[in-house]
Amino acid sequence: MSVATAAAQLELRGVTKRFGGVAAVDGVSLAVGKGEIVGIIGPNGAGKTTLLNCISGVFRPDAGDIRWEGTSIAGMQPYRVARLGIGRTFQIVRPFGSMTVRENAAIGALFGSNEARKGPREAFAIADEVLELVGLKAKAAHPVAALTIPDRKRLEVARAVATRPHLLLLDEVMAGLNNVEIDEALEMVRAVHATGVTVLLIEHVMRVIVGVCDRAIVLESGQVLAEGEPEVVLRDERVIQAYLGERYAKRLRASGAEDRTN
Amino acid sequence: MIVSPEPLLRVHGLNAGFDAVPVLFGIDLEVGPAELIAVVGANGAGKSTLLGVLSGLVRATSGTVTLGGEDMTNARPEALVRRGIAHVPQGRRLFGTMSVEKNLLLGAYLRRDREVGDDMAQVLDHFPALKDKLSRDAGTLSGGEQQMVAIGRGLMARPKLLMVDELSLGLAPKVVDELIDVMREINREGTALLLVEQDVLIALDVANRAYVLENGRVVLSGLAAEVRDDPGVRRAYLGL
Repeated sequence: MSVATAAAQLELRGVTKRFGGVAAVDGVSLAVGKGEIVGIIGPNGAGKTTLLNCISGVFRPDAGDIRWEGTSIAGMQPYRVARLGIGRTFQIVRPFGSMTVRENAAIGALFGSNEARKGPREAFAIADEVLELVGLKAKAAHPVAALTIPDRKRLEVARAVATRPHLLLLDEVMAGLNNVEIDEALEMVRAVHATGVTVLLIEHVMRVIVGVCDRAIVLESGQVLAEGEPEVVLRDERVIQAYLGERYAKRLRASGAEDRTN
Repeated sequence: MIVSPEPLLRVHGLNAGFDAVPVLFGIDLEVGPAELIAVVGANGAGKSTLLGVLSGLVRATSGTVTLGGEDMTNARPEALVRRGIAHVPQGRRLFGTMSVEKNLLLGAYLRRDREVGDDMAQVLDHFPALKDKLSRDAGTLSGGEQQMVAIGRGLMARPKLLMVDELSLGLAPKVVDELIDVMREINREGTALLLVEQDVLIALDVANRAYVLENGRVVLSGLAAEVRDDPGVRRAYLGL
């Protein structure tokens, strides 16, 4: 089940966020241990992005607490959350269109965590480092308008990593990539993780959840439906009912069998 | 190749691009009436640009696009919609602060016939989840429901050919399977479909025939099952 809460780097206790009368996030408790890669999955509208928005300070939870390295960050302004070492990407990437790839990455450092904000010169040094990490070094001087979709996603990750986070929140950075592009993106996530960053990611692509996550948490209607090792969670009958569907579950089992025989 | 003598859509030697940047090179592609065609390929291969040309949003620099034998190369978007081409764009592109009903009706904007109401009823038969959400702002719907509205809007034009760009993008696996079922229904009712899809397995599973685009060129085409078993496709797109 979950990592011992004593060692939790991020801990949510009964977090609730309502819009009008609807609880988009409804009493969610979860813990993420330092160095983990945890995946959040669940139906569209289950509250995954809202939960990320609560953690990163975009929304103030209506109830519950969010504790980061032991202190409460619930309701804290997003820039302060970023300074404390929580970086994030957005589902719809919005790079600064008139800037180069390198300048976009440097922005992350300039407005990032306390470790990143060391002035413009240091920001460009960090930008160069993270662009190498995500595989965009060769395109550092390109205008962002010239980037393909997979590269835009890489840049979105680079901007977040440039904030020097201890925890990186990734919101569907692999949507719209094909299997081979996903495998390349997984390498990127592993590379970032290897620098000591904890990762909490939202994805609908099971190749990602199975390929890189230590644990998966399933949200449905704002609540935690299931949690555990990805392979186990994806075989959970409730998860198949609510999220995967019978046919997908069957394909997943079949492709697993194929992987093993290849 | 299973193509009727006079296809619904014929693309021949198509070159197109943006400003001075060419994207498509000598594309040949045909869609027969009531065929279900998949177009697959990596990001940046030119798939969405191809749909852009077919719906009059991107200019062809050379080559031809014919519909039912009639030359429609570089026709205006509204002329193409009138001739029966509807485009469901990547990312849905709904009017988020307008109601679901208005978004659907916009698909029928060019129509002057009396059967718009019937088609609305049929769209809601395909997507019963939208029935009690007609007055909601489209932007408040879940991703899956928004995709239903986008497809429904396309159907409201009563197209002969419905082109869907990235049906599965950002959607839960179960929802993707449900939408694929609706695609099959729509196709069975006689509408040809052109699916541009990143999830190559799903696309090749549902399609009759498929085209593989690489760097703006068709590098492989054939029956979907043949394309799926092609060693290059398995390596380059399926990651098997």
